Amino acid sequence: MALKIVKGSIDRMFDKNLQDLVRGIRNHKEDEAKYISTCIDEIKQELKQDNIAVKANAVCKLTYLQMLGYDVSWAAFNIVEVMSSSKFTYKRIGYLAASQCFHESTDVIMLTTNQIRKDLSSPNQYDTGVALTGLSCFVTPDLARDLANDIMTLMSHTKPYIRKKAVLIMYKVFLKYPESLRPAFPRLKEKLEDPDPGVQSAAVNVICELARRNPKNYLSLAPLFFKLMTSSTNNWVLIKIIKLFGALTPLEPRLGKKLIEPLTNLIHSTSAMSLLYECVNTVIAVLISLSSGMPNHSASIQLCVQKLRILIEDSDQNLKYLGLLAMSKILKTHPKSVQSHKDLILQCLDDKDESIRLRALDLLYGMVSKKNLMEIVKKLMLHVDKAEGTTYRDELLTKIIDICSQSNYQYITNFEWYISILVELTRLEGTRHGHLIASQMLDVAIRVKAIRVFAVAQMATLLDNAHMLTGNTQRNGICEVLYAAAWICGEFSEHLENPMETLEAMLRPKSQEGNTDSTTAQEASQLMIDRLPLFVQSANLEVQERASCILQLVKYIQKLQQKDVEVSEEVCALFAGELNPVAPKAQKKVPIPDGLDLDAWINEPPSEKVDEKELARRREARKQEQANNPFYIKASPSSQKVYQETPGVEHIPVVQIDLSVPLKVPGLPMSDQYVKLEEERRQKERAEKKKKDKKKRKEKRSGRGKKHDSGPESEEDITPAHMVDIVTEEMPENALPSDDDERDPADPHKALDIDLDKPLADSEKLPVRSHRAAEVLKSPAEDEEGENVSSLEPKKKSSKEKREKKKDKDKDRKKSKEEKKKKKHKHEEKEEADLLCGQADEPAFQSEETNEVVTPPTSTSADVSDLDFWLSNAPVPSNTQEAATVAAAEAAPAPGAISVTTPDSEPEEPKDTEMEETKSSKHKKKKQKREKEDKEKKKKKKHHHHHHHHGDKGGEESVQNGTVEEEEPLPPMSNYCLLAENSYIKVAYDIQGNLQDGSQVVVSVIFENKCDSFLKSMEFNVLDSLNSKLQRPEGSGPHDSLTIPFQLPPGVSNEARFVFTVQSIIMPQKLKGTLTFIVKNEESSTHEKLDFKLHFTCTSYLITTPCYSDAFAKLLESGDLKSSSIRLEGVNMPFHHLLARICFHHHFSVVERIDSCASMYSRSIQGHHVCLLVKISSQTVSVDAKCDEPTLLGNVLDEIKQTFSQC
Amino acid sequence: MIKAILIFNNHGKPRLIRFYQYFAEDMQQQIIRETFHLVSKRDDNVCNFLEGGSLIGGSDYKLIYRHYATLYFVFCVDSSESELGILDLIQVFVETLDKCFENVCELDLIFHMDKVHYILQEVVMGGMVLETNMNEIIAQVEVQNRLEKSEVRPFLSSSKSFPLIYVFGFSQVSAIKYSLSVL
Repeated sequence: MALKIVKGSIDRMFDKNLQDLVRGIRNHKEDEAKYISTCIDEIKQELKQDNIAVKANAVCKLTYLQMLGYDVSWAAFNIVEVMSSSKFTYKRIGYLAASQCFHESTDVIMLTTNQIRKDLSSPNQYDTGVALTGLSCFVTPDLARDLANDIMTLMSHTKPYIRKKAVLIMYKVFLKYPESLRPAFPRLKEKLEDPDPGVQSAAVNVICELARRNPKNYLSLAPLFFKLMTSSTNNWVLIKIIKLFGALTPLEPRLGKKLIEPLTNLIHSTSAMSLLYECVNTVIAVLISLSSGMPNHSASIQLCVQKLRILIEDSDQNLKYLGLLAMSKILKTHPKSVQSHKDLILQCLDDKDESIRLRALDLLYGMVSKKNLMEIVKKLMLHVDKAEGTTYRDELLTKIIDICSQSNYQYITNFEWYISILVELTRLEGTRHGHLIASQMLDVAIRVKAIRVFAVAQMATLLDNAHMLTGNTQRNGICEVLYAAAWICGEFSEHLENPMETLEAMLRPKSQEGNTDSTTAQEASQLMIDRLPLFVQSANLEVQERASCILQLVKYIQKLQQKDVEVSEEVCALFAGELNPVAPKAQKKVPIPDGLDLDAWINEPPSEKVDEKELARRREARKQEQANNPFYIKASPSSQKVYQETPGVEHIPVVQIDLSVPLKVPGLPMSDQYVKLEEERRQKERAEKKKKDKKKRKEKRSGRGKKHDSGPESEEDITPAHMVDIVTEEMPENALPSDDDERDPADPHKALDIDLDKPLADSEKLPVRSHRAAEVLKSPAEDEEGENVSSLEPKKKSSKEKREKKKDKDKDRKKSKEEKKKKKHKHEEKEEADLLCGQADEPAFQSEETNEVVTPPTSTSADVSDLDFWLSNAPVPSNTQEAATVAAAEAAPAPGAISVTTPDSEPEEPKDTEMEETKSSKHKKKKQKREKEDKEKKKKKKHHHHHHHHGDKGGEESVQNGTVEEEEPLPPMSNYCLLAENSYIKVAYDIQGNLQDGSQVVVSVIFENKCDSFLKSMEFNVLDSLNSKLQRPEGSGPHDSLTIPFQLPPGVSNEARFVFTVQSIIMPQKLKGTLTFIVKNEESSTHEKLDFKLHFTCTSYLITTPCYSDAFAKLLESGDLKSSSIRLEGVNMPFHHLLARICFHHHFSVVERIDSCASMYSRSIQGHHVCLLVKISSQTVSVDAKCDEPTLLGNVLDEIKQTFSQC
Repeated sequence: MIKAILIFNNHGKPRLIRFYQYFAEDMQQQIIRETFHLVSKRDDNVCNFLEGGSLIGGSDYKLIYRHYATLYFVFCVDSSESELGILDLIQVFVETLDKCFENVCELDLIFHMDKVHYILQEVVMGGMVLETNMNEIIAQVEVQNRLEKSEVRPFLSSSKSFPLIYVFGFSQVSAIKYSLSVL
């Protein structure tokens, strides 16, 4: 100590590092806390110094102390200081500390935004990496919003190390700032095909995580994932994808069918147990989604069950555990295939590993039937006796009750047996589940009318022997049972054999409660008057209240009786009427009457506050109360499990009796005897049935004797001895039709339920630094105005088509919203309907249902129908309700092309274009050029100005699409070209390659009715060539025509799709075809015919595929490619127009663009790489191209030349 | 998603804690205690999965752990992770530690918690698996260590002067079992 004081403050910075701290703590085992507090004082001193190395050292030590449980949030600012050090070493220490102790309410986080941004854009990739890692732990909504754009940029970083981190962190950003999901999604999707396996795996990870919460939004990605699944060899990625498919299949059974085969192959081929297990799991999910009778899938089930059996039989406990876990999933839909492994599962019940025993118990739940329930429960009861440790025994107890009570006691044929099982269970020592048993007793007694006599008798015995249950302090949990027993005896007192005795037993002070609202009261009035005052002083409020009530009542009746007034009938009436259980949601559904404000105070609130703890305690007490009250039906069995002992129990005076005699009470039933009895009963029934059948057969001797009952008795044959009354749960009158209790409103994933297929609107762009700064300067009113202008102007100026498109999009959006709502409704209604046991008496429900029928599910976007196509592998006619404009919107399926055709909503631009057009028509050509140049200059200025506000984000993104925003906008383009036309009809078409199948192309054909008549019975036929064939439905001949599945009213157009199989794609080809149709108007109908030629260009076999510059360079270096080149003269369009045209018309994507030179890439459906290098110099464009197939390349180049010669 | 990664020794002393969801310090300590309680009473020859504790998780969460000599490595994960995959990930992580510390032992973790964190950061990020390829992880860790060395560090030098007391028996530990074809 003295030495330390001598040390100067300068020396101090060298005095203790992390290792010294740890060593010190280890050397001060006795006074650790004291030692640490001196260390913290030292650290505080160190943090005050200016030397960043000292600070970093201090922060490092704090991180260690944080692990030991010390709150170090007071040093948050110092941590930020260390984070902002320019040295990687200290930065890393700072970020580590921040990631360990920062959270959303740490206020200094606000100060970090700029520092983090700086680190993200640091030239040192490890600075960036450390910042990303740290940020992933403490990202807040504000940070997410401010940094989303920076992180998104990093997703395309040149270093895969940064890319994978940036991709992963996007998930956190989405959670905190859901608006970023849509703008970032296209790039995220791109990363699924990143050349680096780490980045790819990160992208799969993120999308799987997103899709798990909102699977329906990611269905359209299924083809891509399918491709990854069949091509990837990385097991970690495969596991994720296969898990994802498990989440998607319930939504799309067709997907399941497609998955079965590759999954089965994987199951057979993989040596990795983890992958095998996940495959089995997903196959199970598929089978569940297909559960409606697929005979040929029984093989898959068998395969799964067989593989799982191997896992269960493995000596590795982990595999055993998982095998049982997966088995329980199969059980739900295919119980029969699991039931055959009953031996194995019963064997697992004896395993030394408790987790495995519990899993085996789960399985048992699903394996019971009417036939074997008694047998299985008997076995479990044996286990209960054997079990050591109360937790496992309690688990067994709940399982027994779960098994018996499942689906409305479906498997119980004899309730006397069940009651006696319950009574036997009450004799368990030290169980926590007295309440569970009690609620079962109540439930059975209330709902099975026939059993009441027996139940009451049993309960009376139980009450009689109450001392045995309450006698031992350990048995406190079981006191609950007495409550139930008392209640049952009271409620159904008419069945009591010996009411006086029971009453006597109940009123013994040790029993639970005297709430016996019983008609027997009057008979025992004198007795009650003697005993009740005891209860009036009870500590339990409810006991007090009831005791006083009844005491007064009884005294009054006694008075009347003394006066010889006949009151017995009135008293009976007082207790008449049955109370029905109330549905759990009933309270919530009571509509609020008009004019009632629930939030308004009735009286002024008391000034002093009830403290939180007290409130919580009361709430808890109320919950207990409700849980005890049989008139509340508990929402689910799980909530019962959570239940623990009532705190009130301790208050009740308990007389302790030491019991040395084993508990075998003569009056109590033994459940075993019922097993025998039941067997006899069944045999008898069977015999009777046989007799009957024989009779029937005699009567029907001449009939077909198809039915044989000689086999083993089936489930249906066993008739239960008692019927379970399904007591309707009461709901308030005019209950509110629905409420949102499906999902937790606090669930962060709810906000991520976003449609990703909608094209991106400009307003959705991620905020960028400069943009935000500018926004702050503007007054809000101005801002609003600006927005109005920008949304109005383009509408006014843009062409009709665009307006229509927009409307249509809106419509679609609305539609999909409505549909979502409906689905939700439906789901809830269903649940309710279940509760109401099919009594769909609410008119609202019905109307909703009919609505659903009227509006068929419309495919809202091109992506969805692409998915349909992928799933069906056959021509999918687009929906008849789809308007022509949708088809037009579909004209731009390539992701790159979308933003090319959608007009920029920046207000000035459309104006300019129009001005240009009008002017150029007026002026002479010579002048025109100069003017144009002038204007372009002006425009550039304007755009620069514009950029000041809107930032640089858009520019960067559009490089990939072949355009840079600061240049002139593009005229709208369409790939649909005219196929044929006559006075009735106009037919346009577009050909797209199919990514999934190298031998297929899809021809989308738009039919437009030009006349005033109705066009119907349209048939489409093509003369197949050797190379290209139209896919016709199975069973039709090679020359049959395809019927187009819609009719066209006047002025309407619609789209149909046809699939062609092609063998070689290196040459363009023309196919002759005819369209026949009937023109029908009021007077006549004529048969018409239209010939056409379908032109399969080589371009149509190309698919827009993004490519990274490094992969591109590798491809060129490989030397496998043949080269060729063309020159285009006299092209006078801006370079970015040229690129956009190539991208759009020829399905290329821009890899890189430097000034007037760009590299482009595309791939054919059969996997040929096509690389272009496009250069422009004064109206001459040179295209150098490389491809592994020279013929294909030559043809593509010719087609490009053709495109530019046309304009 | 991984919700938390806890490393503690046979006596429940934390050696590294990494929560991917915020818990206050005292809650973190409770979770460690509870998890230790759950895990420590299990035999070594039972399965490595535990259906979550009451403090952390819920029905969707599992505790997946491995026990090496004196240390427990516990991952708390939800159902989106493959159970066997996580077991292998723990193995990858431990083998990486073994390579980076040259025969790792508990003392390495005790005295170099920060370094262990840096290694973990290359494996798991924000609760999601970042990298499973051991060579890649080690390469990145080494580059960063070199970077650190190039910046002068007068007092944070890492010399391994203490004796190896509790050496893991790594020669006996089997390789990554469940995802064989990966590595």
